[in-house]
Amino acid sequence: MRIVYTFSLLLVLLAPCALSAQVFKIYDNFSELEERIAQAKSNTLLVINFWATFCKPCINELSYFNELHQRYASADFEVLLVSLDFKSQLEKKFLPFLRSTPLQPEVILLSDQNSDEWIPRVKPDWNGAIPVTLLIRGAERDYHEGEFENFKELEDFIQKFFERIGEPSPVYQGN
Amino acid sequence: MKIHTLSLALSGLLLCAFNDSPSKYTIGDKAEDFTLRNVDGRMISLSDYGHAEGVIVVFTCLHCPYAELYEHRIIELHKKYAPKGYPVLAINPTNPFLFPEDNFEKMRARAKARRYPFNYLQDSAQVVFPRFGAVRTPHVYLLDKARIVRYIGAIDDNAESPQAVKRRYVEEAIAALMRGERPNPEITQAIGCPIRVPKNVPLVDSTAASPRRR
Repeated sequence: MRIVYTFSLLLVLLAPCALSAQVFKIYDNFSELEERIAQAKSNTLLVINFWATFCKPCINELSYFNELHQRYASADFEVLLVSLDFKSQLEKKFLPFLRSTPLQPEVILLSDQNSDEWIPRVKPDWNGAIPVTLLIRGAERDYHEGEFENFKELEDFIQKFFERIGEPSPVYQGN
Repeated sequence: MKIHTLSLALSGLLLCAFNDSPSKYTIGDKAEDFTLRNVDGRMISLSDYGHAEGVIVVFTCLHCPYAELYEHRIIELHKKYAPKGYPVLAINPTNPFLFPEDNFEKMRARAKARRYPFNYLQDSAQVVFPRFGAVRTPHVYLLDKARIVRYIGAIDDNAESPQAVKRRYVEEAIAALMRGERPNPEITQAIGCPIRVPKNVPLVDSTAASPRRR
């Protein structure tokens, strides 16, 4: 009995360590995300995925963003996972999810509830359904509504973006 | 030009993926009649609301946290506005094969437990919501007396915290209609759970096949 107790006490003590493995920021205002975007250099590609722990298709494609980060992340290639989870359910939903599903890209919790105001700032005709993936590089932008079926679809989306803007693509290099 | 073609092609693909008929309602369109099964087993049509001043059509479901956050507010909307001629008509557009927690039995149980004062219809075959163009839950379409779509969007401006709501879009839209004016705004966007259409699964909910007698 005592051993079990000691062990669970140890777990409780270790829990904060497990927690700190995933660092994330909370933005209460969409303009903080805009500032974060503005920090990127003009030749840096930002891949921004809007998701939430309760959105099944979003969860399905998270592993592709982990892989994207693993393969391509650099000073010129950043992946941002912007969660629209509720701040009031941080302890109950968001933190347990992060503990069970390690995410390698930068994670942001966007808690700006006035979505009618900020949704058009992401894309004027975005209807608010997630997931949505946004590519930003300098003044160039592109969007993908709905989930990616596989990793290659995500890579193709980025590849086409670079073809369109006429810049060398980091995707598929060395394949 | 290239951008345009690409985005057009992309949106074309999206339409195919989500929806066979690209028609969806926008402000000023007349909502066609439809018939769906209510949680009490009866078949209910939009035309059954013949005398209503308007109808607050709400696409909602059980599995979505946004819908859950709005559940109480949808009940209150009905209680406040049904006596004024604007009842809520709730429609669950979820395919129960993707979300078994949204099957007919679960809908029935929830409507009973929470004492839904409005009809709660099942669109498990997913034929009605594409006509409206609903994409997320909750998603509101306010119809006027002629069943013209007059407002599309969110219930209010704060899903997470009812106390922090500043704009009650649906209530404001109804007030505008009562004054004989156009709602402002007529369209709002909000985050919500996507309404998913599965590939290659049957569209019949077996739990609704033999609805229980009341």
